[in-house]
Amino acid sequence: MKPRYDLAVIGAGPAGVAGALTASFAGLDVVLIDAAPRPGGQYFRHLPQGFNAQAPGALHHGLDGFTRQWETLRARADVLLGHKVWAVERAEGTVTVRCLEGDREERPRTVTARGLLIATGAHDRPLPFPGWDLPGVLTAGGAQALLKGNLVVAGRKVVVAGTGPFLLPVAAGLAGAGADVRGVYEANGRLGLARHPLLAAGKAGEALGYGATLARHRVPYRGRHAVIAAHGEDALTHVTVARLDSAWRPVSTRTVECDTLAYGYGFVPQLELPVQLGCATRADADGSPVVTVDGGLRTSVPGVYAAGESTGVGGAVLAEVEGRIAGRSAAADLGRRVPPLPRLSRRRERLAAFAKALLEAYPVRPGWQGWLRDDTLVCRCEEVPLSAVREAQDLGATDARSVKLLARPGMGWCQGRMCGYAVACLAGEDPAAPRRPIAQPIRLGDLAAPTRSPLEG
Amino acid sequence: MPDVVVIGAGVVGAACAYYAARAGLDVVVVDRGPVAGGTTGAGEGNVLVSDKEPGPELDLALLSNGLWRELAEFDGFEFEPKGGLVVAETGEVLEALTGLAGKQGVEHTVVPSGGLDDYEPHLAQGFAGGVFYPQDAQVQPMLAAARLIRRGADRFGRGTLMLRTGVTVTGFLRDGDRIGGVTTDHGDILAGAVVNAAGTWGGEVAAMAGVHVPVLPRRGFILVTEPFDEPLIRHKVYTAAYVTNVASDSEGLETSAVVEGTPSGPVLIGASRERVGFDRTVSVPVLERLARQAVELFPALADRRAIRAYCGFRPYCPDHLPVIGEDPRAPGLHHACGHEGAGIGLAPATGHLIAQTLAGHRPDLDLTPFRPDRFEERR
Amino acid sequence: MNQPYDLVRARPEPEFEISVDGAPVPVIPGQTIGAALHGAGIRSWRTTRIGARPRGLFCGIGVCFDCLVTVNGSPSLRACLTEARPGDRVSTGARAGQDGPGGRPGDGGGHGTDGGKTVNGR
Repeated sequence: MKPRYDLAVIGAGPAGVAGALTASFAGLDVVLIDAAPRPGGQYFRHLPQGFNAQAPGALHHGLDGFTRQWETLRARADVLLGHKVWAVERAEGTVTVRCLEGDREERPRTVTARGLLIATGAHDRPLPFPGWDLPGVLTAGGAQALLKGNLVVAGRKVVVAGTGPFLLPVAAGLAGAGADVRGVYEANGRLGLARHPLLAAGKAGEALGYGATLARHRVPYRGRHAVIAAHGEDALTHVTVARLDSAWRPVSTRTVECDTLAYGYGFVPQLELPVQLGCATRADADGSPVVTVDGGLRTSVPGVYAAGESTGVGGAVLAEVEGRIAGRSAAADLGRRVPPLPRLSRRRERLAAFAKALLEAYPVRPGWQGWLRDDTLVCRCEEVPLSAVREAQDLGATDARSVKLLARPGMGWCQGRMCGYAVACLAGEDPAAPRRPIAQPIRLGDLAAPTRSPLEG
Repeated sequence: MPDVVVIGAGVVGAACAYYAARAGLDVVVVDRGPVAGGTTGAGEGNVLVSDKEPGPELDLALLSNGLWRELAEFDGFEFEPKGGLVVAETGEVLEALTGLAGKQGVEHTVVPSGGLDDYEPHLAQGFAGGVFYPQDAQVQPMLAAARLIRRGADRFGRGTLMLRTGVTVTGFLRDGDRIGGVTTDHGDILAGAVVNAAGTWGGEVAAMAGVHVPVLPRRGFILVTEPFDEPLIRHKVYTAAYVTNVASDSEGLETSAVVEGTPSGPVLIGASRERVGFDRTVSVPVLERLARQAVELFPALADRRAIRAYCGFRPYCPDHLPVIGEDPRAPGLHHACGHEGAGIGLAPATGHLIAQTLAGHRPDLDLTPFRPDRFEERR
Repeated sequence: MNQPYDLVRARPEPEFEISVDGAPVPVIPGQTIGAALHGAGIRSWRTTRIGARPRGLFCGIGVCFDCLVTVNGSPSLRACLTEARPGDRVSTGARAGQDGPGGRPGDGGGHGTDGGKTVNGR
């Protein structure tokens, strides 16, 4: 059967939209697919119409540029929002994308294309610690999504913690939106980034802006500090903040009252789909598996491209550049005339070097494992405590996979998305590329039904 | 020097090691991976007597069934003696099922169409009836393997049973014609005997000893649902087609519905069979067929979600019987592999019989049908 | 606090209500069920099946599955992804609705300490 489109793009964030638009301009018939009802991905998450926001850009850096791309794309390509992709297959030069349309009824849909651009982004990387499953403890991205997508401020008295430059916009956003931000606790050195020679001028300006917001709201920003325990009966009432040594072992502790903690220790690129297709992966600077790509963002599988966080966490600007390169490669590989644009590749190299420097400036140090107690849940879904992980290891589970088989961390609803990194660390290995043949839960009735294309109604 | 080196820390290797240690032998188990990392870690945990034709495999299954019940007295792994219900789509199939049950001579109850509800309230209407096998059971195979090894070590003394993971066997040591140990990437291990419990990779291990044991992979997928609070499905439930597929020689894809709940909450949905080598690429059409058949059995499943799927490779021999016993072509090398999809169920009996042979006792069952050199005449 | 609305100069459409275990919760059109609950000060709406631990939003973007709810009898929906619709009946309880709307309605045991009905944080 002839594929319906030249190129399917999965992910309507900066990488996917730029990639789809570039490919479309180069003459390809493009379809863009995203699970969310609105474009933007996590970074440019849009407010629903119902808010009639006159100045939506106040919550985002660079929203205008994205919006212009989006409006142009919408006029040139098919856009399938609210379509969760649960599987992708490739055979005889045709990629088949299997989706579920809708956020509750869920109708199975199938899209076919000659090529595929994967721009599925990343999610927060939480570390387990005592009390991390108390209501009121959120990922930093979760707090951001509440604000950017719903205008809900995550809490009244909020602590922000973890590591990496993402903590700053989260804290600044919360403070600017009226939350009492009790402190930002960066487990690595606070100045690790500013000292770095690769610090790009643009980024420095953005960081200074967040810094000014935090200063205006008198929010303390402490390096070498972390939240090592959360407390409360049925919901969060206070956290234990520790000063850390260089290996993240607590040196001293104190208590901070709060109703909300927003935290994150970097990001996990979402690799289910490239792994389903057999794309080669590599370990990024932080050990995270990412898709291996060439200079044209081609994966190891012909006709499959990856851009944005799935090739290495690097932020929205790099994602957009990668999307553009991938869109051009896809068009060139399908026989369209695409003149070389070396300055785009040089820009990508510069931004990627900066991203790598960031990963190296904000590593996860092994001391966090010492924050755990025997009864601390490592896996939230299957409620697996640390002691069960240790017991499995004692029984001969020498890698993360066998720990999972014996003790069940990662076997539940989230399929290890939340605990996978921690379990790998506890097993003493880098996290493996996730093998999840079912990338989104699918009703058995839908799996059993013959699938249709979106145009078949 | 240990008396025995067991190659493979899956459930069969674990059972061989446990029973050998119980028989007073010193045992070292080696595995190139972790414990239960191969096919054991990809199974449903079937302990079945219902799907076996009368003959040597059923004898093995019955012996094993009793042994599992003894082993289940140990703490630390789930063993559910819940029984299996085989359902028939038509009166003709029911007749065939009833006939088979009669020949098997195992405990069973023929269930008329109207009685199926009492066994499985959520089963679809319209089945002609079924046969209930109270001896069918389910075990959590990964933990069972790990616990058997640990139990053997604790009970019979550490040093008696040692587990060495991450050790890859690279060849065999010989003492004249006899196999006298293994070479590994972590040094040589001298031993009185070696047990090949390498499952789907048993043929490769045999080849290192210069003998031909045709164990081939037969891929199977399992769909896993979201966890259930209240069990929707009480027994292991499968359609009569499963029995046919298990015994089939086809290379092509075959699927038949096998559905059951687990103590951890999710429902497991099998079973597919295809011979595609060690290819792990997920096949969406297979998952779709499994889902369709499961929903046909239990319509209430239609509204529940699949959250996971995985595949494993059954170690299959051309005549669908395992290879159990000492290899006359390589004395000192005992095989315990090739159990296809029944390795979990057949593990204790295999381990028990191997231990009897190792200790120089007469095995409780005649091992002739399982002898390792039985494929020679066909080559 | 009006700040987020002022920041983006929002002129929200009129709120509608959904019912959560029988109690009304206000929603701005387009908000997710999870955001509406969290905004109303309801921090947890499910308990885990092993330890009966209270759970609400955690990842907030559809990845962790902590926030499962039953909506109009349809079980296991991620509250953080599911846009609220006028008249939605959301049931929580022990297991977000494997047992449908009857799942321990009004149990409330998992609700946060500040469960007052603030209107979307304003």
